[in-house]
Amino acid sequence: MTKLQTLPAASSDDAKAGKSGKGPRRRESRGSLAFSRSARIKGLVKHAILIIVGGVMIYPLLWMVVSSLRPNDLIFREPGLWLENLEMSNYTDGWSALTHPFGHYMVNSAIVVLGSILGNLISCSMAAYAFARLQFTGKKIFFGIMLLTIMLPFHVVIVPQYILFSQIGWVNTFWPLIVPKLLATDAFFVFLMVQFIRGIPKDLDEAARIDGAGHPRIFLRVILPLMVPALATTTIFTFIWTWNDFFGALIYLTDPDMFTVPVALRAFVDSQSATSWGSLFAMSIVSLLPVFLVFLFGQRFLIKGIATTGIK
Amino acid sequence: MSAIGELSTMTRRKGPMTKEEKKANGRDNKAAYIFLLPWLIGLLAITVGPMMMSLYLSFTDYNLLQPPEWVGLDNFVRMFGDARLHNSLGVTFTYVLVGVPLQLAVALIIALVLDKGLRGLPFYRSIFYLPSLLGGSVAVAILWKQIFGTTGLVNQVLAMVGIEGPGWISDPNTALGSIILLHVWTFGSPMIIFLAGLRQIPTMYYEAAEVDGATTLQKFWRITLPMLSPIIFFNLVLQIIGSFQSFTQAFIVSGGNGGPSDSTMFFTLYLYQKGFGQFDMGYASAMAWFLLVIIGAFTAINFIASKYWVFYDD
Repeated sequence: MTKLQTLPAASSDDAKAGKSGKGPRRRESRGSLAFSRSARIKGLVKHAILIIVGGVMIYPLLWMVVSSLRPNDLIFREPGLWLENLEMSNYTDGWSALTHPFGHYMVNSAIVVLGSILGNLISCSMAAYAFARLQFTGKKIFFGIMLLTIMLPFHVVIVPQYILFSQIGWVNTFWPLIVPKLLATDAFFVFLMVQFIRGIPKDLDEAARIDGAGHPRIFLRVILPLMVPALATTTIFTFIWTWNDFFGALIYLTDPDMFTVPVALRAFVDSQSATSWGSLFAMSIVSLLPVFLVFLFGQRFLIKGIATTGIK
Repeated sequence: MSAIGELSTMTRRKGPMTKEEKKANGRDNKAAYIFLLPWLIGLLAITVGPMMMSLYLSFTDYNLLQPPEWVGLDNFVRMFGDARLHNSLGVTFTYVLVGVPLQLAVALIIALVLDKGLRGLPFYRSIFYLPSLLGGSVAVAILWKQIFGTTGLVNQVLAMVGIEGPGWISDPNTALGSIILLHVWTFGSPMIIFLAGLRQIPTMYYEAAEVDGATTLQKFWRITLPMLSPIIFFNLVLQIIGSFQSFTQAFIVSGGNGGPSDSTMFFTLYLYQKGFGQFDMGYASAMAWFLLVIIGAFTAINFIASKYWVFYDD
């Protein structure tokens, strides 16, 4: 966990805040010796609060990990985190508890996730380029509509979408989960990328234009390479949201062969009524592991992405 | 901006367009629509088309097998008399009106504590942020189901201090509370937005206030809160819209039936049961449009009210 502290972006914006004098750190460094002592006590109190709150928040997750390595009956009477010996049977039992080995569902999820990432990267970046760089009739209206669709509840379109996809025979295929991404329906990412492209100096486009490059070339050779951070943020968010997506999979995937991880877990809960929480926990942890890894290695993009789309 | 850049923007704005420019503009139009093509197809086929279709279906009786039958306002009249629907509205409103303010308050408090250039900030931030990435998953909902069960973690801890807790998720009085708590648990992402917002407040305001002898509390009420209000507003709008649509947690914790005794029957859960359990697609469409109207109304109220409390610096 301490590795997180050294992530470059996470610490660099702290440094920036300090350097420009805008950071709050300067506020605290002022004052007399007596003041700094009370500031130190204040600091201690803060750390105490944060450690307690953070501990309470993380405890259930840690406990789930530990419990998945315990004999099943201990889950209902051992709230502590001490492990006497590693019990791997929950993992082996859970892995083969459903019709297919759990890996099968992870592969299904991976297919949907990869398709969605690819779809979002291509379609959203194209739309974002048009909105951020091109002049065209109806731009304002379309941009407004695009922003509105970010807030549109999924439920308003799900019934006809289901009818549409079932008529083309796409129920129990991955297409209903992937094709909408190829069509930039995750407008949130279009917006995120528009924001990012607006920050890229226009001189670069102009220079390329004078050299005779058309829009496809400018987009592919100038803009796309410069917007890698926005693409990374999109990739990571798409990964996490698609990996966790339950509602879409619940509706479109009813055949156990096609189950993604969330619906497989749900089938697991339903089939085992409180008898094998250990293996249920084990598979839950397996299902969270990819998200956790993405979080570990990609959190600077996540935090930047949230912060920038949240503020401006 | 380079001279070339400035020149090109100038010529674009000033005077009537030359033939060549018109041509260039036309080319922009064509290029723009090509770049927008996937999005436009999606807008029509995946969003606007289905929206219109569901509006039509909401005036019909449709079960997927027979063709839709026009029934006028029947579905909406039915909604008026549907006690389970009224209950599900109550559950959803409680969830939104309790869960969202609570979550944002925690997010703001923690962001304030974190903001003061604390040591180990990135570490704390990661710890607090992690749950909001995991919170929407089925796995965490399963964990919640165990934790708040009769013999779950919470009651095991309570038993250590001699308290016999209820079966939180099997008791209709506390089941919704457990799910609200799960929502509060995911305060990390609004917290990140608050943190970024706090960074943007110029220090000179605080310094000036200090010279005038303002207390910490005064500085909070007079500087931090007004300066942060656009971001509080943004979080509020987004969280309300999102919370009205929550589904997974209630579905998994209640085993898909919104129990015990409909106490976790969210509006979306009821909609799912009607549409995809009973294939009452007309009624489900009417419900979906009702949900859209509710969310729209809440958002509109939010925007109107924002005139009275959101402060814009420039």
